[in-house]
Order: sequence, then structure tokens, then C-alpha cells
Amino acid sequence: MAGFFDFFKSSKKDSTASVARDRLQVIVAHERNANNQPDWMPKMQQELLEVVKKYVNIGNDELKIEVHNEDDMSVLEISVDCPLEEK
Amino acid sequence: MSEKGRVIVVTSGKGGVGKTTTSASIAAGLALKGKKTIAIDFDVGLRNLDLIFGCESRVIFDFIQAIKGECTLHQAIIRLNIKDTDGRTTEGKLFMIPASQTRDKTHLDLVEVGAIIEKLREEYDYIICDSPAGCEDGALIAMHYADEAVVVVNPEISSIRDSDRIIGHLDTNTVLGKAGVKMPQNLLITRYNAVDEKDMIPMEEIQNTLRVGIIGVIPESKEVIASSNVGLPVITKQNNPVGQAYADVVERILGNDVPLRFLANNKKGFFRKLFGG
Repeated sequence: MAGFFDFFKSSKKDSTASVARDRLQVIVAHERNANNQPDWMPKMQQELLEVVKKYVNIGNDELKIEVHNEDDMSVLEISVDCPLEEK
Repeated sequence: MSEKGRVIVVTSGKGGVGKTTTSASIAAGLALKGKKTIAIDFDVGLRNLDLIFGCESRVIFDFIQAIKGECTLHQAIIRLNIKDTDGRTTEGKLFMIPASQTRDKTHLDLVEVGAIIEKLREEYDYIICDSPAGCEDGALIAMHYADEAVVVVNPEISSIRDSDRIIGHLDTNTVLGKAGVKMPQNLLITRYNAVDEKDMIPMEEIQNTLRVGIIGVIPESKEVIASSNVGLPVITKQNNPVGQAYADVVERILGNDVPLRFLANNKKGFFRKLFGG
């Protein structure tokens, strides 16, 4: 009987369209955010990356930088994923 | 590497005919065959190659930043590890450079692009240039340094006419063209058999109109959108005619003579589907 009800359920959960929707949500939100960011952000991100790399062994995609606008102020958020240090 | 890398531009004139799908599949296919390959997205402002490769979340730097020296060339390069249905992988062989999403095409400079392409020729066997639509600067810069061209065309009147315009540019507005050398060009007909047989412009007629050889015919298939939805080049579907047709194209690029397949219209009517025949 399961087959009969499956027919109506349609496997929306694992359809490729739902994967596409999830990917789009992330990318569109990210890009709208990036478009509202100041021009100096990419350059600053790169310079920060160079400085951090002098001291900590991180990959190019492990330094994230974002500006959040909240009411009357902006918050500059910088986060770095560091590997555990060997002792 | 003793021999320099080969630059192939994937172009069309008209938009939406399958340039990016084709660029991703040819690049992945060459890598699956062990060739060190890099694909470059030239569609500045409207990048999509990263989505087709499923690496959009890994984009940090882009082609324009590399050109302008805002990052190193290597920082802009994304390594792709893609597996096909036969279990082959592109491990260590497939790379891509995303286009900038925030700038516009005026940031592409012919001389600066040339310098980057020269560097890439030293390191890669194949450099696949995914051209933007149109025949303005972006498309002209994408084709400028090519050693050969794949012209993507749909069996449809406006696509065929636009391809003719692009072929004209390949012959005159490129390094080879300006040196009086005929650039090897090949047609790739995509979305073949998307319409009823009586409405299909046949392959032979497209070829006769454009007077360019054919490197492949890709049948219409739902698998193309299903693959881009999940971020995999469709050539990874080696259990599907589209994936197999792209694998044949890759063989031909490598100089192997393989016959054209999947030319027949397999669209069946409701009753023929039901009762066979």
C-alpha cells in the first residue's frame, strides 16, 4: 500500500529542485549582503588574511568578514577558523 | 610540462544555449581523462560557472581581483574534486576561476587577461574560457587568445544566426585571426530533438549554413537541469545520453574519432509509450 500513497506524496524532499532552492537561498542572501558592503571590504579581507597567515596556519577561506547594519550602527565582524595548535 | 596548454573558448553569441553547461562538462571531462584543466568564467557581473560546478560557497577571490593584483592568481583558483557515475574522479586535475559578481565587464582588460592566460598555459594542459553571451567586449576578450573554439548552437533560427556573427569575430578579432591563421572551430549542437521531428532544423542544415565542422550533438534532456540543481557537471552522469554525448565531445577534443550518437528523436506519443513500438 505504501506505493499508492507515495504516488501522491511526491518526493519533494530529495528532489534536485529542493537542493537548488537551498543553494539559491544561501547564495542570494550572501550576494545581496555583499552588494551592500563597502568597496574596501575585499581589499581589507585580503590584507587581514595576509597578516593572520603570518602567525597562524589558515587556509584562504577560513577568514570571514562581514558588516552588519543594525539600526543606527554598523558592526564589523571578523571571524577566523584556526586549527588546533600542536603542543 | 614541455608543451604549452591549449586554450579553448566556449562561445555562442546567443544566451541560454548551454555555454556554461558545456564549459563545465568539457573541463570536467578533460580532467576525468587525466588532463590538468582550468575553466575560467568570463561572465563578469553574472557569474554562473561556480554554480554548475557546485563550488559557489568556496568563492573568495575572483578573476578580476587576480587581474588587478588584489589577490594572487593562485588565490583565485578553486580546486574541484568531482566524481562521475563510473567512479572516476577529477582529483588534482580540475580547477576553476570564478568571475566577479560585483564588478562589470569594463574591468576586463585585454592585455591583463592575456598575461594571465600566458601564465596558465605554463601550468595547465587545457584552459577552457566560458564566454558571456553577446558579441561585446566580454565575449571578444574571452575568445581573443583561443587556440580553438567550440560554438554552442541550438537548432533554432536566432541561435544559428548569432553563431554566424560569432564565427565572424573568431576569424577576425582574435590573435590567430589577426595573424591570418584560421582558428579551428567546431559546432556543438545542444538541445537537439527538443521539438517535434517536423520542426527540427537538422544537424546537416545547421552545418551547411554555418560551414563549420561538428564536434558533437547533445540531445535534449531533463538531466541537464537536474545536474545544475545539485551543482554537478552533467558529464558526470555517464548513465545518461547527455553525459555520454559530452564524453564523446571530450574524446573528439583529444583527437579521437568517435561516431555521433543520440541523433534519433526518441519522443514517443502517449500510446506508443503505453504499448511500446
